[in-house]
Amino acid sequence: MSSPAVSTRPAAAEDPIDALLAAGRLRRRAGALTASAAFGRRAMLKLKHDPKQLVDSSAIPILFTVLFTYLFGGAISGSTAEYLKVLLPGVLSMSIAIVTMYGGGRLAQDVRSGAFDRFRGMPVWRGAFVLGGLLSDVARYLFASAIVVVLGLVMGYRPDGGVLGVLAAVALVIAFGLALSLVWAAVALAVRDPAVVISIANAVLMPLSFASNIFVQPSTMPGWLQAFVDVNPLSHVASAARDLMNDTGGAGGAVAWSLIATAVIALVCGPITLRLYSKQG
Amino acid sequence: MSKMNSGEDPPAIEARGLVKAYGEKRALDGIDLTIRRGQVFGFLGPNGAGKTTTIRILATLTRPSGGTVRVLGHDVLTEADAIRARVAVTGQFASLDEDLTGYENLLILGRLQGLSRAECRQRADALLAAFDLTGAAGRPVGGYSGGMRRRLDIGASLIVTPDLLFLDEPTTGLDPRSRNQVWELVRRVAAAGTTVLLTTQYLEEADQLAEQIAVIDNGRIVAEGTSAQLKSRVGSGTLHIRLLDGEQRPQALQILAGALEGTVQLAADPLSLSLMLATRPDATDTGRLVGRAMTQLAEAGVGIADLSMGQPSLDEAFLALTGHRSGPATDEHEELKA
Repeated sequence: MSSPAVSTRPAAAEDPIDALLAAGRLRRRAGALTASAAFGRRAMLKLKHDPKQLVDSSAIPILFTVLFTYLFGGAISGSTAEYLKVLLPGVLSMSIAIVTMYGGGRLAQDVRSGAFDRFRGMPVWRGAFVLGGLLSDVARYLFASAIVVVLGLVMGYRPDGGVLGVLAAVALVIAFGLALSLVWAAVALAVRDPAVVISIANAVLMPLSFASNIFVQPSTMPGWLQAFVDVNPLSHVASAARDLMNDTGGAGGAVAWSLIATAVIALVCGPITLRLYSKQG
Repeated sequence: MSKMNSGEDPPAIEARGLVKAYGEKRALDGIDLTIRRGQVFGFLGPNGAGKTTTIRILATLTRPSGGTVRVLGHDVLTEADAIRARVAVTGQFASLDEDLTGYENLLILGRLQGLSRAECRQRADALLAAFDLTGAAGRPVGGYSGGMRRRLDIGASLIVTPDLLFLDEPTTGLDPRSRNQVWELVRRVAAAGTTVLLTTQYLEEADQLAEQIAVIDNGRIVAEGTSAQLKSRVGSGTLHIRLLDGEQRPQALQILAGALEGTVQLAADPLSLSLMLATRPDATDTGRLVGRAMTQLAEAGVGIADLSMGQPSLDEAFLALTGHRSGPATDEHEELKA
């Protein structure tokens, strides 16, 4: 299949369609990176034509940051400025985690509309479709992260970790988000219904978000809940983001746990997603 | 890559004992199919007969439960990528991106087929121009008419000219003008050497396009042949008559049976009867024969409330080819060989 370039020069035929058919005879295979980039471009174009999609990625971060800061700030930490130090890195982690589910919803939509089958019937590396989707997810997550951080700064949050600390936290949270999005990709390919994907993701993400150390210190919780909070990967990601953004010094443990959780989720769900992708129904 | 040499090349499609089971239900129940290179092959059948399932298996999108299937000489299970490189799928299930423009759809698909950016742009421009879509190139596909969408869909399958093109119900839902445009496109593609497998619910479409037709029903091929062979079995049309007086039906039946060749059916409605006209090899003027029969009815004093003449419907084709209706029967029919 290593044929030379496709000739797009029209052949000497008077009819444009005949000329097209004659000119398109030679074929070659798109590389894995080219194909991934093409799928990434497709996702970005869809975003460009339907910017409402960004509402998903911005409404939740704005809502959570503002609501929880003013709702709980005074009660929990005495002042909103103090509470923001605890809350903002947590809300960043939670917002990205929740935004990941919309990627799964879009994938299920592609399966349903038939776009997925058109792509699957082409001779491209099977991971390209998933990887291309992740590329555009990074853009969404960056957008959501920027909203949370800017909003925090406006409300009075001053990260002691500085620019580097904030960027490191955002990078860590996005890496975790990408691993999570592989979970929803696998779910989407298994259930093939956008609404069901969102329901399942909500059923998983809501307990993970609230039964965590994001909003309150687990020391006030009953023992069984503390046990859950301790194994909840989102708690570790929130702790790591706090450590990095506030430069508390004790960053190592939580960051390491977050990276391990990210790697485990990706290594389990990545192959499952690829297998479901190439499964012939 | 193998040369186009129909003498030595394996058939475009070769299926033996193809079965697809979903739990207890057998969507395909032992399909044997051979499609020559360069042929336009029509797959004719009602909804749910198994047409789309067959195409999905041939296009490597669905895994068969049993049997062997080779497409362009490659096994669908073990050599899927070799098949994917040489076939294109268009139709009901493999859709375009609604929210992208026609131009963007073609660009993305071009990149996925290994064309460079410049080649993609050139090819997209040329395809849009040839398919009369240049004006709509910058608009999202979601706003296209059915005909425009189908043309773009077929155009997208020709970014790289495929050796084998699957068209799943290419004209379902199109107006007659758009349908004719699509038919013309299919003929062009076939004339350029691409093997075409199309599914359709319309006898007329299979007749217009396909050299060889397989009739599929309940996951089995119930008849196969050229359009002329099938039509000679189906007949050339059906005459429906509604009488003023039901008492006269036996008399009408007798006159029609004497004047015309075909199968007379008495409908459940006591006033109605229909006659499936046999195709006559000598191409007699059917209209004249029918006219003469009507005159005889009038002379015998049989009053006619309503009279219509139609092409054989798929339903009638099924009745003729398989001896049973394609769907659940709505009328009780008594049959009588004329």
